Amino acid sequence: MRHLLSTGDLTRDEAVLILDTAAELAQVGDRSVKKLPTLRGRTVVNLFYEDSTRTRTSFELAAKRLSADVINFSAKGSSVSKGESLKDTALTLQAMGADGVVIRHSASGAAHRLANWVDGSVLNAGDGTHEHPTQALLDAFTMRSRLGRLEGLRVAVVGDILHSRVARSNVLLLTTLGAHVTLVAPPTLLPVSVHTWPCEVSYDLDTVLPKSDVVMMLRVQAERMRESFFPSAREYSRNYGLDGERLSHMPEDAIVMHPGPMVRGMEISAEVADSPRCTVTEQVANGVSLRMAVLYLLLGGS
Amino acid sequence: MPDTHAPHLIRGASPAGGDPVDLLLADGRIAAIGPDLDAPEGAHTTEAAGLVALPGLVDLHTHLREPGREDAETVASGSRSAAMGGYTAVHAMANTDPVADTAGVVEQVWRLGREAGYCDVRPVGAVTVGLAGQQLSEIGAMADSAARVRVFSDDGLCVSDALLMRRALEYVKAFDGVIAQHAQEPRLTQGAQMNEGCVSDRLGLPGWPAVAEEAIIARDCLLTQHVGSRLHVCHVSTKGSVDIIRWAKARGCDVTAEVTPHHLLLTDELVESYDPVYKVNPPLRTAEDVQALREGLADGTIDIVATDHAPHPAEAKETEWSTAAMGMVGLETALAVVQRTMVDTGLLTWEGVADRMSAAPARIGRVHDHGRGLEVGAPANVVLYDPAAPVEVDGAAMASKSGNTPFRGMTLPGSVRATFLRGAPTVLEGKIQ
Amino acid sequence: MRARKPTAGDAGGAPAEVPAGTRAVLDGNEINRALTRIAHEVLERTKGGHGVTLLGIPSRGVPLARRLARRIERVEDLTVPAGSLDITMYRDDLRSAPVRALGRTEIPAGGLDDRVVVLVDDVLFSGRTVRAALDALGDLGRPRAVQLAVLVDRGHRELPIRADYVGKNLPTSLRESVTVRLEETDGHDAVLLGPARPRPGTTEGNA
Repeated sequence: MRHLLSTGDLTRDEAVLILDTAAELAQVGDRSVKKLPTLRGRTVVNLFYEDSTRTRTSFELAAKRLSADVINFSAKGSSVSKGESLKDTALTLQAMGADGVVIRHSASGAAHRLANWVDGSVLNAGDGTHEHPTQALLDAFTMRSRLGRLEGLRVAVVGDILHSRVARSNVLLLTTLGAHVTLVAPPTLLPVSVHTWPCEVSYDLDTVLPKSDVVMMLRVQAERMRESFFPSAREYSRNYGLDGERLSHMPEDAIVMHPGPMVRGMEISAEVADSPRCTVTEQVANGVSLRMAVLYLLLGGS
Repeated sequence: MPDTHAPHLIRGASPAGGDPVDLLLADGRIAAIGPDLDAPEGAHTTEAAGLVALPGLVDLHTHLREPGREDAETVASGSRSAAMGGYTAVHAMANTDPVADTAGVVEQVWRLGREAGYCDVRPVGAVTVGLAGQQLSEIGAMADSAARVRVFSDDGLCVSDALLMRRALEYVKAFDGVIAQHAQEPRLTQGAQMNEGCVSDRLGLPGWPAVAEEAIIARDCLLTQHVGSRLHVCHVSTKGSVDIIRWAKARGCDVTAEVTPHHLLLTDELVESYDPVYKVNPPLRTAEDVQALREGLADGTIDIVATDHAPHPAEAKETEWSTAAMGMVGLETALAVVQRTMVDTGLLTWEGVADRMSAAPARIGRVHDHGRGLEVGAPANVVLYDPAAPVEVDGAAMASKSGNTPFRGMTLPGSVRATFLRGAPTVLEGKIQ
Repeated sequence: MRARKPTAGDAGGAPAEVPAGTRAVLDGNEINRALTRIAHEVLERTKGGHGVTLLGIPSRGVPLARRLARRIERVEDLTVPAGSLDITMYRDDLRSAPVRALGRTEIPAGGLDDRVVVLVDDVLFSGRTVRAALDALGDLGRPRAVQLAVLVDRGHRELPIRADYVGKNLPTSLRESVTVRLEETDGHDAVLLGPARPRPGTTEGNA
């Protein structure tokens, strides 16, 4: 595979290889020299059309730990903000000799388009409301590290599924890896064809939680309320927010995940966010190893 | 311009797929039809054995982009493209810049068409000023102008205000006009990028529900019948729309409808590539919709095929999906797509094709000298089509200024060999004259 | 992203019999004796084995390192830490082949600082693997000394590297290949000499 555009493109073997590679590379963060020479002389461009310091820094650190040269090309303060097309930007990066382009874009499919225009590998770091493959991979990595397996794991994904690239990538990847996914959301925040997805759907968080090994809370943006997806933050939080009381109904070793940034008091209470069962910071740390693995597997060979 | 005075003898063509005969075109009319006609002095001859002869095609839905977007198409380039597709008359949509909402603009477009001379250009007038959906444009003035506008449309935008739609429908009764509605409920399609369904959900593209089209069609059919006017529904794209129109016709509503060639052949699965060449309004739908549209066209629920020829410059499509322009060119591929989807499938005869692509659209648009059968005395608007000449579609080779064809790379079964406008060849041997 | 697995493919399968065109140059007993001898030499050279850490290079260096550790422990009453050091990320030929899956790196508790690290591999050939291992070691700590133990030295060095402990010196031609099979990875012990296998993008046999 030359690009990582969608987790749906990954076979089970490929996905497991990425997770295994990430597990090996996780050691690098604990060493005296936190760097490997593997991608020396290779150039990775972070092409970010959306502000995401979190994801960009994670990719940047991952690339640097593999000794790649990293160029951050953000929409602000570059020709991109002056109306240069994605295609022309792609051709520019191509001319600069980029071996890999990490792209974050507000348009679904932007990574697919870019892959048509550059010779190097394209890594989708989030495209609109489509996918965010490395987030799903690091989520799976975190689940496997914490719970020891993915096969048969019961994962509830809760919140704004309709607009979530994290949810799409997770449903595809977790299904490939043998986990059982249940999507939980008010009907307005679910895609109309969700019944054709390879997962369960529920409108009732309280019946799903006791049967879940993992609950993944998604951010809910306040603008959804103004667009009448739900009546009020209070009502959303009451029905779909995770607080200590709800958490107590989950199996004892169940974990709480969140791709960040969290909206405390909306989808997750401060008590849950700060609990040791919440893996948010672990997910961030795992993100670096996972992205190293993907960069190595895409750019490391011939 | 082609020499209009020399007679033209067409040898051995099959009128609407029937038995081969000769057709003699002279003085802008079909002068004679019969076996082994003698060529008059100075006549040109075209051998047409194996070719289907059809009355010149009439497109009720064409975007010629002039004035305003001459980089995408001009009246001249668009009418050459039409001739290459076998058309002898096209209706130029109103969403130009400035909008065709005054007699001045429609007369300009009409005059540009006359100067180009490749086909008759019938301007469509805007229903509302600036297509803004607020206030009726000077519909009567456009009807009375030299362009004699009979079709009015805010195409690209829906006349979504029910009261305004009612008024427009009533107003055009005075001069036998028709409102061609672009049926798209605006609130249900805010930010919509493609057909809402499995594919849009998977691709994370905001969906365009079928109901947004169907709800407007149902409303407009009821309104039309209530005020006793005439409604034409542009580019019907869903199974539900076909059902509603069938129901409305059955209860006596004077409604007609069109389907585009691309909606007869392509589905939303193509969007998986995120290639905006497949981005169009209304969007490509599902295989089930495609089947219903074909059946609707076959049984007459859908009256005509209209191209919705929508040229765009390359840069409008070489972009990410959500910022790309909507629309596809279609004039030069329409007949071949109809052959593939309707004739080769046994759903429609060539006579049926002549009706759906020439007679019926001429009738709806009140274009009196087009759409007549191939009969002696009729205006010599004729297209010769080879149904056994497969061609691989190449946007760059088209007469249109733009190459945004969704059929690129596909092999379509036939091609237009010649087009005659009032007896003068605009296309001969597949080449523009 | 399909990565090459550096296990069975390198050994060309694992039938117990010798494949056609190859011959056994060491059998199980000879391998055992060679390892025992190396164990004694390590003890001798390191003055009783104190401070020694064995690091096997995946894949077959790892079981060899474990076997050596057990033998040393049997002779002297002490614990010899044994681990593994994957050198994939330090290879100089990564770009000339499809991406490779990583082996495991397991540094024994206590780390490598001030230890005498004995790198263990099955075959010493060009020396490039050992070069990569030395680079990897440098990023992991600062051993007091680094030594090298190999089961077979087949010659043809491309770098100024030599082994401190050799099970068997095996003169070979470049048209030949040396294959080590071990109980732990292949089901039986043997060293085979056969015709060279085409290996995309690499001039190396094993080490």
